[in-house]
Amino acid sequence: MEQIVRFNENKRNYSENKLAFAPWYFLLPAIIFFLIYVIFPIFQSVWISFYEWDGLGEAQWVGLANYVELFDDEYFYTSLKNNFIWLIMYLLAVPMGLFIALFLNQVVFGIRFYKSLFFFPFVISQVVVGLIFSWFYNPNFGLLASIFLSFGLEPIAVLSDEDLVTYGIIFAGLWPQIAYCMILYLTGLSNVSKDLMEAARLDGAKGLKMLWHVVLPQLRPATFISVVVTVIGALRSFDMVAIMTEGGPYGSSNVLAYYMYETALSEYGFRLGYGSAIATVLFFIMLVYIGYFLWRLYKNEREV
Amino acid sequence: MFPKPIHTFPLKFQLIYKIVLPIVLIIWLLPLIAIFLTSVRSATDINTGNVFGWPSQFLLIENYSEVFKRSKAILYLKNSFLITIPTVILSVSLACLAGYALAIYRFRWALPLFFIFVAGNFIPFQILMIPVRDMSVSTGLYNTISGQVLFHAAFQTGFCTFFMRNFIKALPFELIESGRIEGVGEAKIFLFIVLPLVRPALAALAVLIFTFVWNDFFWATVLTQGESVKPITAGVRSLNGQYVNNWHLVSAASLCAAIPPVVMFFLMQKHFIAGLTLGSVKQ
Repeated sequence: MEQIVRFNENKRNYSENKLAFAPWYFLLPAIIFFLIYVIFPIFQSVWISFYEWDGLGEAQWVGLANYVELFDDEYFYTSLKNNFIWLIMYLLAVPMGLFIALFLNQVVFGIRFYKSLFFFPFVISQVVVGLIFSWFYNPNFGLLASIFLSFGLEPIAVLSDEDLVTYGIIFAGLWPQIAYCMILYLTGLSNVSKDLMEAARLDGAKGLKMLWHVVLPQLRPATFISVVVTVIGALRSFDMVAIMTEGGPYGSSNVLAYYMYETALSEYGFRLGYGSAIATVLFFIMLVYIGYFLWRLYKNEREV
Repeated sequence: MFPKPIHTFPLKFQLIYKIVLPIVLIIWLLPLIAIFLTSVRSATDINTGNVFGWPSQFLLIENYSEVFKRSKAILYLKNSFLITIPTVILSVSLACLAGYALAIYRFRWALPLFFIFVAGNFIPFQILMIPVRDMSVSTGLYNTISGQVLFHAAFQTGFCTFFMRNFIKALPFELIESGRIEGVGEAKIFLFIVLPLVRPALAALAVLIFTFVWNDFFWATVLTQGESVKPITAGVRSLNGQYVNNWHLVSAASLCAAIPPVVMFFLMQKHFIAGLTLGSVKQ
């Protein structure tokens, strides 16, 4: 009640109140930076996507031609399909992270050390992870090849196989992502209510039943964040593809993020308009998830 | 606690758990162990195909000093620090101010602005790539350290503001209220009441942003050209192209690239995890 009164008082004197201007002094530097480097460029990119432009000469207005071209571009479809595969496969990081978190959520000697070592892959640059795994997959002397040979099998060159290559990269990408989800779940697990657990235990719940009906509902915030960061990570996948295959062989491991870069800035040509069209498509796909996230955030804010 | 604490199980299970734990860890870190072993191998090992087996000799110092002698690894590492540290300072400072404003003041734009900062943090880099690169070229910021710093700082401001705003919002509002009643100015309230209280959040953000920016590869590719201002991530990639089959040197360089964030993580583990898991538990 007191708060409501105070709020109304504030509102009444709003224009004379120095508090009306104060937030803008604090906000201005961040807003300027963000406008210049994030907000304006989004609109510019969408704008550029209506042009044919090589970055040097005169840009030519082509309307929706770049988008029409996307419809017939098989590389675009491959990239889109691969993004979809990334999305689905990458989400495996969530249950796997939960699984490792459950495994590590114990009190034994040195467990904190174990937990931090399990988290290690997330801290390392994806460039390094990509390099490690491309050696791992190397058909001549990679670890995978030696494993195959020791079983008397012919080694598979995962990264030059058009059907396997995307899965090979995703497998590498899962390594740090699982670590990320694990840490989210470990934090969640340490906050699970003991009372609820006790009550459920008295009712005879244990094992998987306990996990499903008592523990997982309490881990919902951790699951939500895990899914959000994993989806965003899957759609943003660039580093791994660039390091491990550069989208090859024959564009079979391309994803939208890398394909966009390739069309706009690499030796394959400077088609900035076409690249922007690809980026715009990727942006709108992501916007669905961003919208969902913001909606959840908004609901939370209303509750507070 | 879930699962059931291991000490309530029979001794046999406890023993199995304690044996399985290190084995699983070794399998989990196998790629890393392999790259470390490769980085201390001799060139002969690599040439004879002994890439993942036990090294025939350990050349830790030799290999690492060779990387620094033969390549520009030192320059790359220096660049990485020159890019990362100012970015951390700049973005965290901007976000402190903005987060404070969004958390403390009630005004119509508070929530929409907050949402814009959050959303900006999730967008794909590619939608920014061409305009940002173009702008950098025309303002002379292309292929400079400061060009990279300014972009990273601006982009990370989104996440940092999100973080700071939620942190400050959780502080007791009475503190600010009582400051105002006593006639303390808004800037002073921020400096002397709020800032000392958000130190844990500053630490958490600093380690997170350090790691994010240190590990950046995309913007290093887009905003630089040539060697002079490249950070270590892009440097490792070009080394990989130069030293084909000199895996021992490339892996030594890769480990150098990985060490600073790893050290950072170990030193500030508590803050790092607190920052990363923000929002994953109900406050």
